[in-house]
Amino acid sequence: MKTSASSPSKIYLLIVLMVILGPVGNVLLGKGMKRIGAATAWNPVELLHFLEMLSRSGVIWLGVACLMAFFAVYMLVLSWADYSYVQLASAMAYGMVALLGHFLLGEVVTPLRWAGVLIICLGVLVVGHTPPRTTEQG
Amino acid sequence: MANEIILLLLIVVAGTGGELCVARTMQAVGPATDFRLAALIQLILRVLRIGWMWLGLLLMAVAFFSLLDMLSLENVSFVVPVTALRYGFGAAGGKVFLREQVTGKRWAGVLLVCIGVGLVLIGKR
Repeated sequence: MKTSASSPSKIYLLIVLMVILGPVGNVLLGKGMKRIGAATAWNPVELLHFLEMLSRSGVIWLGVACLMAFFAVYMLVLSWADYSYVQLASAMAYGMVALLGHFLLGEVVTPLRWAGVLIICLGVLVVGHTPPRTTEQG
Repeated sequence: MANEIILLLLIVVAGTGGELCVARTMQAVGPATDFRLAALIQLILRVLRIGWMWLGLLLMAVAFFSLLDMLSLENVSFVVPVTALRYGFGAAGGKVFLREQVTGKRWAGVLLVCIGVGLVLIGKR
């Protein structure tokens, strides 16, 4: 498969993928970390123990897999559009995280936090109306 | 609380720094146009030969482990929106480090994102 140009529709499609993969990955990490708990100290022995516990968690691995897929898509989009555009456009993911946190993990999301998430998404929409690339491609 | 502030700073600063380094790498490599396996492997090898990529990966690893630690302390619906502060750093970094032209409209978007993050922070109390 060979493509000749990076059309806006391709960029939008990949950003949708980012908006799904990133939040799902973060929610899985959040679920896994709630079970494992915080690192209690920063000395090497404690850190190794912490890493060992991380490596034994299937939920953490699943979260990491989602975030790796997110990263692959992200790299691809970055080769087609400006960093400051992609980064902000993908901020839609914040609304998705709040929704998933509330409905899947049962987290309490206060009205003020919902308002904050809504304004973050609004900021993203403003950015969505700016040109995707302002620099010459290398 | 001090621990959480340090973790948040690490997530925002190291995360944004890492992403800027990766973006700089991709600017140097150029757009991906060929999706055949051999071409993709060649692209990955070209990317890995650029020093910025390694620095970016290191910074992103620091941000990732800080995020994991933060997620064990706070809810994901709080942690992830708060890390949106990186967008302010990102737009500034894109302009200075990558010479992108960040328009007034984009800055307005950044401002809205920052106001949203502020509300999420206040909404925690």
